[in-house]
Amino acid sequence: MKLRWLLAAILLVALPARAEEVVAGLSQTRVSITADFAGSEILIFGAVKRDRPVPADADPLQVVVAVAGPSVPVSVRKKERVFGIWVNTTSVEIDLAPSFYAVATSGPFYDVMSNVEDLRHKVSVTRAIRSVGATTEVASARDFTAALMRIRDRDGSYQLHESTIQIDEETLFRTAIELPPDLQEGNYTARIFLTRGGTVLDAHQTVIYVQKVGLERWLHALADERPLAYGLLSLAIAIAAGWLASAAFRYLRG
Amino acid sequence: MQIYLPIAEVSVNAFLLFGLGGLVGILSGMFGVGGGFILTPLLFFVGIPPAVAVATQANQVVASSLSGVLAHLKRKTVDLRMGTVLLIGGLVGAAAGVQLFALMRRLGQVDLMVNLFYVVFLGIVGGLMLVEGLSALRKSRRGAPRRKRHNWVHNLPFKMKFRVSGLYISVIPPLIVGLLVGVLSAIMGVGGGFIMLPAMIYILGMPTKVVVGTSLFQIIFVAAFTTLMHAVTNHTVDMVLAVLLLVGGVIGAQIGTSLAVHLKAEQLRIWLAVLVLLVGVKLGLDLLLEPSDLYSIEPEGPR
Repeated sequence: MKLRWLLAAILLVALPARAEEVVAGLSQTRVSITADFAGSEILIFGAVKRDRPVPADADPLQVVVAVAGPSVPVSVRKKERVFGIWVNTTSVEIDLAPSFYAVATSGPFYDVMSNVEDLRHKVSVTRAIRSVGATTEVASARDFTAALMRIRDRDGSYQLHESTIQIDEETLFRTAIELPPDLQEGNYTARIFLTRGGTVLDAHQTVIYVQKVGLERWLHALADERPLAYGLLSLAIAIAAGWLASAAFRYLRG
Repeated sequence: MQIYLPIAEVSVNAFLLFGLGGLVGILSGMFGVGGGFILTPLLFFVGIPPAVAVATQANQVVASSLSGVLAHLKRKTVDLRMGTVLLIGGLVGAAAGVQLFALMRRLGQVDLMVNLFYVVFLGIVGGLMLVEGLSALRKSRRGAPRRKRHNWVHNLPFKMKFRVSGLYISVIPPLIVGLLVGVLSAIMGVGGGFIMLPAMIYILGMPTKVVVGTSLFQIIFVAAFTTLMHAVTNHTVDMVLAVLLLVGGVIGAQIGTSLAVHLKAEQLRIWLAVLVLLVGVKLGLDLLLEPSDLYSIEPEGPR
């Protein structure tokens, strides 16, 4: 895996010269969800490659790291009081929202990345969520997007770690992203941005493969692809357990 | 020890689930009900998505009911004929219930519907049982004998003989009772024992000793059918979750049955009624009080 990175890095270097480029690595690009999966920590580290010295009057170098889970449509519902009880009344479809999103920066977010760059690269959670149709459905669609972010923020699915990336000598940087135990399968992308004065100098992107393995994978595939067989197997287990229990009871009672 | 559930896609503490299964097993062993009506809300609380909790619960009910029925068959306290009639109604009800469940899921009202069903039925059943239990306790102290009542149920057509229950009644009431319990079983993920038991005693007039076995007999099939329907229609049965609950449940049931020996039948019924009412009140308050967050999210996809 490291080789592939190196290759990618070399290719990047071969492109038309940019003053500063990022070379980055991850502690792992494959996360296996096993039965005892309890979360995982991914270390993202890198260095800045430059072909000429930094001008003395340049803004300080900054780094932004964004890790995103697979995006799926999400419905956000709002409860209202109807006949004295709280009922879901309005619902808004968010076209695409990442199941997981973590941003780490070397300083306050909008100091290290300007609004324009954020819009272009879709780095902050607000930009990463796409809700094109939502505005036409409900006037207060923004509230629903905000609610989505608030709920995901609370359960740790959306994280913002400002000023957590350490940059040594304007060259080396590292950060750790915590993947929660309630992780969904799919291809996660890790993006690393190099900025100065809010402007992106260089970006690097790589994929983290998150997969269920072993029993987890087998059960999930069976449930989706052969639901009848899965259902029958569940029943067989229940029947066996029920019979065993009754047999054991009888044995214990003599 | 954290276990990642493949279908629910959440990581939960295995010992917590053992504990929950065990706790409900104790109650189940003591009172002769499946215990789903307590376990399903508890699973919601632990963070299992409602759709998965409801479907997986049905799978667990199969195991506990089968275990119970085997014991009752030995004691010849199962009315197989009555059980079959209830079952026919139950299967139709379960099929309708799963469809209703899928429809409500699309409309986003699953939580509301499940909660409403719980509040209404737990309230009614708990209240009735409490009143009945208290009066039975008073009567047993006075030592007054109970007389068999005849009501409108006995005047309907299509009469049939149920020898084990000693009844000659129309098949319509048992069919309707079965149908209702089937719908509830699919929607609430419960075996429906806490509704079936009073219905058999007070509506059908069955003798108490055959009621538990017969209700368990038909619940096995309805719950098995519900599990299959949920697995095929909604893909929401989590086998790992079911196994974790089963193990705890089996051990708990053992403890529960031995505990029950030390309590009087009337006292047991009153305690069960109090428990049912408590769960009902808790869920009712959730509906009536303003939620801490008015918004909720549900990702779309196969689940």
